[in-house]
Amino acid sequence: MTIDIFMQQVINGISLGSLYALVAIGYTMVYGILRLINFAHGDLLMVAAYAAIYAVTLLSLPWQLSFPLVMVLTGLFGVLLDRVAYKPLRDAPRISLLISAIGASFLLENLAIVIIGGVPKGFPRPDVFAKVIDLWGLRIQVLTIYTPVLTLALLLGLLYIVHRTKVGKAMRAASKDFETTRLMGINLDRIIAVTFFLGSSLAAAGGIMWAMKYPQVNPFMGVIPGLKAFIAAVLGGIGNIVGAVVGGFVLGLGEILIVALFPQMAQYRDAFAFTVLILVLLFRPTGIMGEPITDKT
Amino acid sequence: MNRSTRNILCNILLLAVLTVILFLFEKYGSEYQIRILNNMAIFITLAVSYNLVNGYCGILHLGPNAFITIGAYTSALLTMSPAEKQMSFIIEPLIWPLSVIQVPFAVSLMAGGITATVFAFLISFPVFRVRGDYLAIVTLGFGEVIRVLCNAMQSLTNGPLGLKGLTPYTTLWWSWGVAVFTVVVITQLVNSSYGRAMKAIREDETAAKAMGVDPFRHLLLAFLISAFFSGVAGGLLAHLITTISPTLFTFFLTFNLLIIIVVGGLGSTSGAVIAAALFAWGGEALRVVESPMNFGLFTIPGIPGMRMVLFSIILMVVILFARRGIMGRSELSWDRFFAALRLQSKV
Repeated sequence: MTIDIFMQQVINGISLGSLYALVAIGYTMVYGILRLINFAHGDLLMVAAYAAIYAVTLLSLPWQLSFPLVMVLTGLFGVLLDRVAYKPLRDAPRISLLISAIGASFLLENLAIVIIGGVPKGFPRPDVFAKVIDLWGLRIQVLTIYTPVLTLALLLGLLYIVHRTKVGKAMRAASKDFETTRLMGINLDRIIAVTFFLGSSLAAAGGIMWAMKYPQVNPFMGVIPGLKAFIAAVLGGIGNIVGAVVGGFVLGLGEILIVALFPQMAQYRDAFAFTVLILVLLFRPTGIMGEPITDKT
Repeated sequence: MNRSTRNILCNILLLAVLTVILFLFEKYGSEYQIRILNNMAIFITLAVSYNLVNGYCGILHLGPNAFITIGAYTSALLTMSPAEKQMSFIIEPLIWPLSVIQVPFAVSLMAGGITATVFAFLISFPVFRVRGDYLAIVTLGFGEVIRVLCNAMQSLTNGPLGLKGLTPYTTLWWSWGVAVFTVVVITQLVNSSYGRAMKAIREDETAAKAMGVDPFRHLLLAFLISAFFSGVAGGLLAHLITTISPTLFTFFLTFNLLIIIVVGGLGSTSGAVIAAALFAWGGEALRVVESPMNFGLFTIPGIPGMRMVLFSIILMVVILFARRGIMGRSELSWDRFFAALRLQSKV
């Protein structure tokens, strides 16, 4: 393999990794506060992708307007999801919460099949992103470069909210100690709603970019990216936002490079993430950047 | 007549009634009815054994589809004749010892169960190092890995083509025999000291440990037994539908089982049996919502996929509003039945 091809694969890996990272952030934030694997989080990718299709084709909005709009709408959808599926179970055993999340995920997927249909839809990718440019002898799609840049921009914005604003302070407090935060007079339901809003908007950004990268939108498109993003969050240390991003990049790069270096392993690509997960949980259960996990229940 | 003899007599009576019903259906029932009854029995086996881990031990294990796959493939590979295998494996020939072996159905079912148990034992070490959500995702991942392996290992599983033209060995007697055996074994286990230890772990693992219960040993036991029955049921399923492929045993199947045990009541064997029977029957009855409906004045076109929407809604409603399901954690028993009768007659 020449150095050129290798660099090309590294860039592809970083691009894929940043998609995982965007989705992983939502998992990690919700897990940090509620100790819940939000199984329906991956399906928000699908919701966002369909919303973007309809915004661009039916409402004929320009993509510059419709993509941010979709992010806001998906964020609100995430809040709704919390209200309907998780809020009534705040005091229930965690297993009920998890089953509710699995139910919500299946409900979204099957509603999409019933309402929209199972046939994959094409994604109206703006031409700006489809252009191929020449970068030091490497031929790269613009999208591949934009994805990590946008991810980093969104990450910086998120870090600002979490570390420099009052809401962010409350979020950090809630992830440390739920009960004490409540005793301090903080409206936890509001904080959780904000968390779901932020996480879901980032998932929407991830979903739109995923749909531009693989322009086939179907009701189950969010399942595998969702699972892998969760693994990325575990890999980075769940509850830690920067960790989720690092985990996403490690997983994305790992997947692409394994296929690039050992082409005969291509069939096993989807098993790679889970093997990594099992190894991480065996030897370093709290991930790369994680603090020791305290069980809240 | 004391209580235990009465209960034994009643159980024998119940079995006799079941035998008569099965006999009548086998003789006079349509193929469709027999198919539903077979499905019902297999779902009862799967749900009751799945409930042992999720309901009685209180750990959320999301990988029964992996064990069903393993059981189905093992059993199918063992009952196919060498000639059939040679015909099926077009892309790559089957590896040596399996390509010449052919065993009777009963032996293949046992082999399916045992292979599933061996796999369960192998993954139990990483699985039980974690608890809660992590355990759920690791077992879910194991199911995915098995699916990927089934697709990739063509010389063992025939890859995406799957195995076709299996002999339909699964009769009502096989499927219901296994179901009854499973229910009896699981009930005996749950009422033994092992079962009490499992429930103790479910309620409070630390306290159970302090009382001298070894969580790993008991969880492992439940996990292995559950995997064994899932494997056997997988073998039955393979020889019922006669064609298996990796896409047949996805997370979808696990999700259905989860609905069954949650609706039946986590930690209740009778609940699991009732819910499994309802599911097998209701799944067919609900086909109505997917077919066009005529209301005289207007017609609703058939909506494919509507059944799964209904199932998801049922699961969510049960977990949100009726968390205990049909049976909660209580069981149907003859003692309660007769006590209820006595109360009735007094009034």
